[in-house]
Amino acid sequence: MKITIDAEKCCAAGQCVLVAPEVFDQRDEDGVVVLLDAEPPAEQHDAVREAAAICPAAVIEVQE
Amino acid sequence: MTARPIAVVGASAAGITAAEALRRAGWEGPLTLIGDEPHLPYDRPPLSKQLLHGAWEPERLLLRSKEQIDPLGLELRLGTRATGLDVATRTLTLDDGERLACAGVIIATGVAARTLPAADGLAGVFTLRTLDDALALRDRLSGGARRLVVVGNGVLGCEAAAVARELGHDVTLIGRQPVPMVAAVGPGIGELLAEEHTARGVRLLTGEVAEFEAASDPAPGAPAQIGGVRLADGSRLPADLVLLAIGSEPAVGWLADPALDTTDGLGCDAYCAAAPGIYAAGDVARWEHPLHGRPLRFEHRMNATEQAMAAARNLVAELTAERAAEDDGTGEGAERPERRPFAPVPYFWSDQYGLKLQAYGLTAGADQVETTVLEHDARRAVALFGRDGLAVGVLACALPPRQIRALRAVVATPVPWEEARERVREATTAG
Ligand SMILES: Cc1cc2nc3c(=O)[nH]c(=O)nc-3n(C[C@H](O)[C@H](O)[C@H](O)COP(=O)(O)OP(=O)(O)OC[C@H]3O[C@@H](n4cnc5c(N)ncnc54)[C@H](O)[C@@H]3O)c2cc1C
Ligand code: SF4
Repeated sequence: MKITIDAEKCCAAGQCVLVAPEVFDQRDEDGVVVLLDAEPPAEQHDAVREAAAICPAAVIEVQE
Repeated sequence: MTARPIAVVGASAAGITAAEALRRAGWEGPLTLIGDEPHLPYDRPPLSKQLLHGAWEPERLLLRSKEQIDPLGLELRLGTRATGLDVATRTLTLDDGERLACAGVIIATGVAARTLPAADGLAGVFTLRTLDDALALRDRLSGGARRLVVVGNGVLGCEAAAVARELGHDVTLIGRQPVPMVAAVGPGIGELLAEEHTARGVRLLTGEVAEFEAASDPAPGAPAQIGGVRLADGSRLPADLVLLAIGSEPAVGWLADPALDTTDGLGCDAYCAAAPGIYAAGDVARWEHPLHGRPLRFEHRMNATEQAMAAARNLVAELTAERAAEDDGTGEGAERPERRPFAPVPYFWSDQYGLKLQAYGLTAGADQVETTVLEHDARRAVALFGRDGLAVGVLACALPPRQIRALRAVVATPVPWEEARERVREATTAG
């Protein structure tokens, strides 16, 4: 799995961090998403798919 | 007999998410996504922000690319409006006359902007709900300063006023409530935002619009151009452009089946089901939140996604159980997906100038609001919203992300007011 993000679209909702805290974080200044792991291990994959689906700004793209 | 499809009506945030979630939940049968707009599903929040401002072009708003949609195996019917639904047979009628018998239906038709008949036929009067609306208004906001009157000082009106002001226009924001956005953010944060708008040069007025006046010299043959807005107190505001931001109506006009309750959106149970095999999600859906014990309907972007995922999962669970009942006559058996009540922690945000507002839980309908201003000039503030003695919502203005995530935990379920106050205080004083 490979994750790409379009951080400029991020509205800082933080939903990705709630769903997959090992993979996503937010910048302290403005809450914009930070990708911690662009190729996370298999046990994270469900959470990442959920984060991509739930993100209200369609920021997270997942290639399987 | 060809297998019946699941049809999703409304091809926007909730609709495209429902289609994806149906596949993830294991629906392998035909899937139809019907939307009356000609565009691929796009995102609305940037319409009143980056798109109106001119920072983003429409392509940036697409929720999914063609390449992301293709693998879903959808029959994508854009530019097609659903005109009726027979609940007993789950049959949709489309505006091209087709009747589509479905295995299940997810209704995600959202809301439509409310208008004022008094402004009908006047050029220069806009609403802001669709991409086409936003592009038309943006076009008129480019090339020279204009006098813009925004009617309605809710969240949408305030966002548009902020962008137009940043673009250098002369902006008047008029609402019935003296404090802008008070219904969504409470009086304390509303006051702070009013100060910010005033400081940036937006004129804030309280009043009721009585009529719209045409400009005195219409070009021959062209529709009359807006020239001014007359208020109920007799005063007149000159205007080159008017934006009506006076709320919305759930898009339920096409649902006439008496089996459905369409009094304020489409009424659903805790599973987002409006009737057997018929589910709803997003702005159009009013459902029984299991933790709040009253019907709720949100016009928030986050809810569109979350509710679409819940409705899709529950519809697939219901259809799986239905099929099993037909097969073995009992409807019981091993390894069936269970329907789950939809019990989210609601979330919305709004951006105005550099300020970000973020709310968790319920802010509208509160009977108690306590606002703490943490740093007046930076407009840093937090408000707690209560109802019947319980804290049910929290709203933050210009707070750092870590504090905001901590606030979410405070109102994830309704909690006694005093306990929530203490936890908000802790969350907003911590690093
Ligand atoms: C300008 C603007 C700014 C916003 N900003 C924010 C924000 O900052 N934060 C936030 O949380 N939320 C915001 N929102 C709200 C958010 O965009 C909505 O909650 C979300 O778009 C709802 O998605 P939906 O899919 O339920 O409905 P909609 O996006 O309204 O989509 C419904 C679709 O169904 C179509 N349709 C309707 N009737 C039919 C029919 N009979 N047949 C076929 N198709 C039909 C409509 O044309 C539309 O394309 C904003 C909304 C707007 C308009
Ligand atoms: S969920 Fe989406 S919008 Fe929210 S912080 Fe994560 S990437 Fe940004």
